[in-house]
Amino acid sequence: MIQASARRMTTPADLQAWRDRLVAGRSDGARRVRVCIGTGCAAKGSRKLYELFVQAAGQADAHVEAVTCVGCHGFCERGPIVVVEPGNILYQRVEEPDVPEIFRETVIGGRLVERLLYEDPGTGDKAATAEDIPFYKAQKRIVLEHNGRIDPTSIDEYIAADGYAALAKALTTMTPEETLEQVERSGLRGRGGGGFSTARKWRSCRRAPGEPKYVICNGDEGDPGAFMDRSIMEGNPHLVLEGMVIGAYAIGSSQGYIYVRNEYPLAVEHLRGAIDAARAAGLLGDNILQTGFAFDVRINRGGGAFVCGESTALMASLEGRPGEPRAKYVHTVESGLHGKPTNLNNAETWANVPAIVNHGGDWFASTGTEGSKGTKVFSLVGQVVNTGLVEVPMGITLRRIVEEIGGGVKEGGTFKAVQTGGPSGGCIPAEHLDTRVDFDELTRLGSMMGSGGMIVMDQDTCMVNVARYFLNFLREESCGKCTPCREGLAQMLHILDRITHSQGRRGDVEKLDQLAALLEGTALCALGKTAANPVLSTIRYFRDEYDAHIVDGRCPAKECRGMFRYEIDPEACKACGICLKACPVGAITGEKKVPHVIDQDTCTLCGTCLDKCPFSAVLKV
Amino acid sequence: MPEDTTIRDDLIESIVARYDGEKGMLIPMMQDIQAELGYLPADPLRHLARRLDLPLSRLYAVATFYASFRLAPKGLHEVTLCVGTVCYLKGAGEIAEKICQEFQVAPGGTTPDGLFSYQPVNCVGACALAPVMIVDGEYHDGVTVEGAMTLLAALPSEEAGQDEQEAPT
Repeated sequence: MIQASARRMTTPADLQAWRDRLVAGRSDGARRVRVCIGTGCAAKGSRKLYELFVQAAGQADAHVEAVTCVGCHGFCERGPIVVVEPGNILYQRVEEPDVPEIFRETVIGGRLVERLLYEDPGTGDKAATAEDIPFYKAQKRIVLEHNGRIDPTSIDEYIAADGYAALAKALTTMTPEETLEQVERSGLRGRGGGGFSTARKWRSCRRAPGEPKYVICNGDEGDPGAFMDRSIMEGNPHLVLEGMVIGAYAIGSSQGYIYVRNEYPLAVEHLRGAIDAARAAGLLGDNILQTGFAFDVRINRGGGAFVCGESTALMASLEGRPGEPRAKYVHTVESGLHGKPTNLNNAETWANVPAIVNHGGDWFASTGTEGSKGTKVFSLVGQVVNTGLVEVPMGITLRRIVEEIGGGVKEGGTFKAVQTGGPSGGCIPAEHLDTRVDFDELTRLGSMMGSGGMIVMDQDTCMVNVARYFLNFLREESCGKCTPCREGLAQMLHILDRITHSQGRRGDVEKLDQLAALLEGTALCALGKTAANPVLSTIRYFRDEYDAHIVDGRCPAKECRGMFRYEIDPEACKACGICLKACPVGAITGEKKVPHVIDQDTCTLCGTCLDKCPFSAVLKV
Repeated sequence: MPEDTTIRDDLIESIVARYDGEKGMLIPMMQDIQAELGYLPADPLRHLARRLDLPLSRLYAVATFYASFRLAPKGLHEVTLCVGTVCYLKGAGEIAEKICQEFQVAPGGTTPDGLFSYQPVNCVGACALAPVMIVDGEYHDGVTVEGAMTLLAALPSEEAGQDEQEAPT
């Protein structure tokens, strides 16, 4: 096992010597076990697996170089994930009783345990390593390169993987201006939602008068259905930190803040550990690497308010106030936190910086499209076969993400839409699946890149109800400061509630359009301005569903209660009596060998019969 | 209880010292108080307001703005249900409805018998495991309505084997 050797380093040469020593201490072909302890795998008991492997290694005669905890691999649905070296054998859905077998067969014996390998649901082919799994094949990993490979609680592992090399390079061979130029050449745009040019933001902050200048990492990933930043902060906290120190150098800042969501306790724990270790090693704090540059970072936990993902609200929260945004006629790069020039980027944006400095802006810009460079991490979830975190080059088509990486729609369903951009984003229908992933392309379709949530929906998802869900979310999270957002969302929700409860009226869609335009034009912050997107995009692409609800009183996806009926298919019914007994209102009649019937007047549409029927004879019509 | 008050006063002082009495660190201070006491009782908040020279209304504004703060004691167990998009699409809405109905608890509230506090949250970022329910820090994945009911009904009503007492009320 690598020894913890954190000590204060004085020069870049020390850092290199430390790295050389760590790398020299490793032998090729050594036995290593890596257990994922990201939130997904940990929820399925992976910490216990780790302990069992440590125990097994302690008792084994053969030498096992390391058993380590690693961050998220992205393939959360298949967790817990265990990787064994040599060979990088990836085992999925590992359970406690599997540990002795993996240890005996693979770690010691070098043989595969076939039943724990990933099996392609289509072809039945087994994949021994991550590279063989379609989910990983089409990915290109820059930000997530070391996620799942290194122990996020060990600075040694980060250093051995070339960590802080970019920082040393920037501080000793580049001026702040040259560092900024590389970021400019890279074409990096903010990964948090707006897609604003990172270099432009940095430059404005650098030029703004006022001291001190602040840099902030926005880790308040509030979009439901998104967990990119969580996985990066949990799985490779030093990467975020290194990006921030480099940014601070380019901007001329001495104090940074990381604002992390309250719901991400593991991210907070790992970031805290990383900050302490970096300070102890002289990579953070006063006189970093003896270059005279000083910068320190503090962590603040969010209080559980979606609006704090908005930059001015986040800064209000950092000042100890309720997170209410302010109008941005004065930019935060000029007057942000405590009225000082403040540069805020989200966690994924910061995590891109070290690679840009290491390999150069041109290298970064060689991936992607005209207006969107590099890669983007998406959390691919919903009704798709393979769910998890994926990093893809900008410009890849939505179809490849959904079909190739995601493995298509689950359980033979049909693809209906993919929702991107979180609550402020929109739903993109099947006819636009060949669109290339790019900030401007997604905006053109009425959605947005957002922070990178990608939720796949199938034929059973009612698009009106989806719009209602997001609007309800936004109404609850609206801070209430400006009237258009506070009152406008409530009115829009009221209309959508009526439509999904078979009380829609002609003209409702037009009213929604009007209110949406009002919000877009008059709301105070970006959250309010984009809040109507889920409604607008579903009206744009799924107008027929709105009309079916309003005109025919029918929910085509059979999701809105009261807008479809339950019936029993007499052919499939085995007259077993289960639904009859389960019905809470006694609406089902029938006897032995006679198919049962639902009395529509008595039925309350609770759906119990549908859940209980073992023969799938209950239908929604 | 006078003894109790002294302990709390010391606690507030140590928390204020932890952040060098910086007003901007109000939220972390309140988070620490809640972590220690389980909720934000009125007296410690008054004390904190005095120490930081802030109006009590500011602390109240912060406590009621952010979802994670609570002004009433919490139940014996803590139940968090994710109602983020993916969990919702996979049935979390029905689970939420059923919990409120069966256990007579409002979102953000505590059951009448004090068995558990219930908090629906927007996405815990474990979407691949949807629907997710977190009971006392333990994540349960792929939860169904029935599974949730069984799990919650089986929560022990005594704090077995725990050496520390819950927040005094």
